[in-house]
Amino acid sequence: MNQYHQYVRIKGNPATVKLADIPMLEYDLFFEQAIHILHNPDCRCVSYFAKPDNGALTCFIVLSDGAGDIIIYGYRCNERATLPSLTAKIPAMHIYEREIAENFGVTFEGHPWLKPVRYPYNRSYSDWMDSYPFYRIDGTELHEVGVGPIHAGVIEPGHFRFICNGEKVLHLEIQLGYQHRGVETLMADDSSLLKKTILSENIAGDSAVSHGLGFALVTEALSGVEVDERLAQERVIAQEMERVAVHIGDTAALCGDVAYQLGQVVCEALRTVMINTTQFWCGNRFGKGIIRPAGTRYPLTADVRDEIVKNLTKVKREYGQFTDRLFSLPSVLARFEGIGIVTTEQARGIGAVGMAARTSNLNRDTRKSNPYLAYRNLEHEPILMDSGDVMARAKLRADEVVQSIDRVLDMLDKLDYQATSATPNFGLAFAPDTLAISLVEGWRGEICHVAITNDEGAIDHYKVKDPSFHNWFALALAVRDQEISDFPICNKSFNLSYCGNDL
Amino acid sequence: MLDELKILRDHGIQYVKDLRGATLTPLFRGRPVVNLEVPQADVDALVSMCPSKAIGSSPLSIDLGKCVFCRECEFAFPTAIQFTNDFRIAANRREDLIVRAGEDKPIRLDESAIRPEIRKTLRNSLKLREVSAAGENSGEMELNAAGNVNFDMGRFGIEFVASPRHVDGVVITGPISANMAQALQVCFDATPDPKVVVLVGSDAISGGLFADSPALDRSFVEAHHIDLYVPGNPAHPLTFINGLMDMLGIEDR
Repeated sequence: MNQYHQYVRIKGNPATVKLADIPMLEYDLFFEQAIHILHNPDCRCVSYFAKPDNGALTCFIVLSDGAGDIIIYGYRCNERATLPSLTAKIPAMHIYEREIAENFGVTFEGHPWLKPVRYPYNRSYSDWMDSYPFYRIDGTELHEVGVGPIHAGVIEPGHFRFICNGEKVLHLEIQLGYQHRGVETLMADDSSLLKKTILSENIAGDSAVSHGLGFALVTEALSGVEVDERLAQERVIAQEMERVAVHIGDTAALCGDVAYQLGQVVCEALRTVMINTTQFWCGNRFGKGIIRPAGTRYPLTADVRDEIVKNLTKVKREYGQFTDRLFSLPSVLARFEGIGIVTTEQARGIGAVGMAARTSNLNRDTRKSNPYLAYRNLEHEPILMDSGDVMARAKLRADEVVQSIDRVLDMLDKLDYQATSATPNFGLAFAPDTLAISLVEGWRGEICHVAITNDEGAIDHYKVKDPSFHNWFALALAVRDQEISDFPICNKSFNLSYCGNDL
Repeated sequence: MLDELKILRDHGIQYVKDLRGATLTPLFRGRPVVNLEVPQADVDALVSMCPSKAIGSSPLSIDLGKCVFCRECEFAFPTAIQFTNDFRIAANRREDLIVRAGEDKPIRLDESAIRPEIRKTLRNSLKLREVSAAGENSGEMELNAAGNVNFDMGRFGIEFVASPRHVDGVVITGPISANMAQALQVCFDATPDPKVVVLVGSDAISGGLFADSPALDRSFVEAHHIDLYVPGNPAHPLTFINGLMDMLGIEDR
């Protein structure tokens, strides 16, 4: 057994480790050890990436053991190396290997489909998105349907290519990358900590608080800053409010897709109440500005508390009244139940996280498995659904809204309003030659930020993982054997991030 | 049906009646005011701290087309810059987005620069196609919100629709990634004349935080006439709707 313990195990979240302490193995041993660890169903890969250095690559794999510990080790190889693929044994690794293959030309032998993730910048090949060969099946009965990148609504761009037999979807290929802005490159350049902080809030606007928090935790870990209890609680409150707002907005979208207009407008109005509450707190409806390294600009005062309590009490009552009605309407149930099923095995196989996992009865919730900030002291029990269909994803939202509102109201009740938190520090000094990692449970699921510093303590590599990175594949599986007309509601039920994936 | 009526009654009337005169929370970050008497050392510090290079010197100024409204300049130098909650900050000339020291006046459209055909043909009905060109989603959600039950821009005949063939203009969010450049151009070409082009958010107007990213292709913005700039990160629905009302010449209602 001992040959499979060649890694560094660190406790806590966020966590740091000196680069020199991370074992670098031969690829064969790296490979066998990864398979050995990932065969444990509680373990999952939270990040796997390559850091380039003059044609050579240092690759790091970051695993969560499901009991709060983080396991890190790696290997070295050259760009355009050829290595056996982990994906053949552990399908959830497919997306990480695709990314490394795209960026550095590494060929993973045995990988079923080394399709590029993003295009066109920061990659090893010179081909272009327009010439990408979509998966195809030839047959006289089959036809293709292409949607996007510009969709009918006001949403982000992506391209969906369906292969259909009549109305029935045989296969959906999802082509992303249209939003690629080079976020990770900008996070690792020599710009200021202030700029990087704001950049982190702009990775995905609907998760501004969660991604901002992912970055703040990494910077604080790198500089040894421990935030006070009061701030730890405020951040959790902000995150739970973000979750409530998006879940209600998504309920509106789901109602819109089944032509239940009353439900759509009721939920839009309730979402407005939620995000206006956030705006009252910090001046921005999406919570941009709430999360800053080592401190806060917008302390949660008694005035803010009163506004939150008043509005959340109203939202809880009216949303509850509404969802009782929603889940008893035959016309809605007919469109929600049994549609877009993702089984537990499928969810585990693709490495689903967050909502997409929990609605398929896969218990993955960073707030429970790797608690951070005030979650360390909260008894958080993830809500699970077992049907894996659109109904489960709608119902999970409704239940999580209640859970989050109750939590916020409870925390506000106990908050020490005499305590004051520090103001932000944009002059933090980082430990040199260190890798820092943070895991945050955004409303979609697990967000992972990894920063690596050089010998001068400057960030020279940055890796962001949005839950959508895993979960887009869940959508592709959900629509198999469904009618193509069910695609919009399947899509809305996940509400995955384009820019979070494209970066 | 009775349940629905009960829900309707309980939720009450939601729409903002006066879109021009609405007041936002004092903390909302809208039009900044810049002080004339700022020591040179502070000016230099402000210029170098700004994450999107929106702050200029001699005289001290903020370019709202670049500003990401993080308000950190005000926190660092509260006597030099203050953000007001004035949300009417859209303009039709790029240079009007620059707020200079000592100027404390509302930002409004330059009437003489509005193309006459816009008011002649689009005043009562403006259908728009939105293109998210690497926008991070909050801007898109605010544009959706502009049509929701609260802001209801549909009352002026303004609406987002699906096909570029059916619209009078293109609204762009995001810094325009290289991967979206072609799709944006195709959409624009498919739109019949006369058409307007509206840039929403700092990212779309200047590239914002991403201005230096090698993954962008902003040639579209350089090549076309822009009819309206709507600053923000993201732009507030009231900023967007008021900008359109000004452009179309719609009086208060």
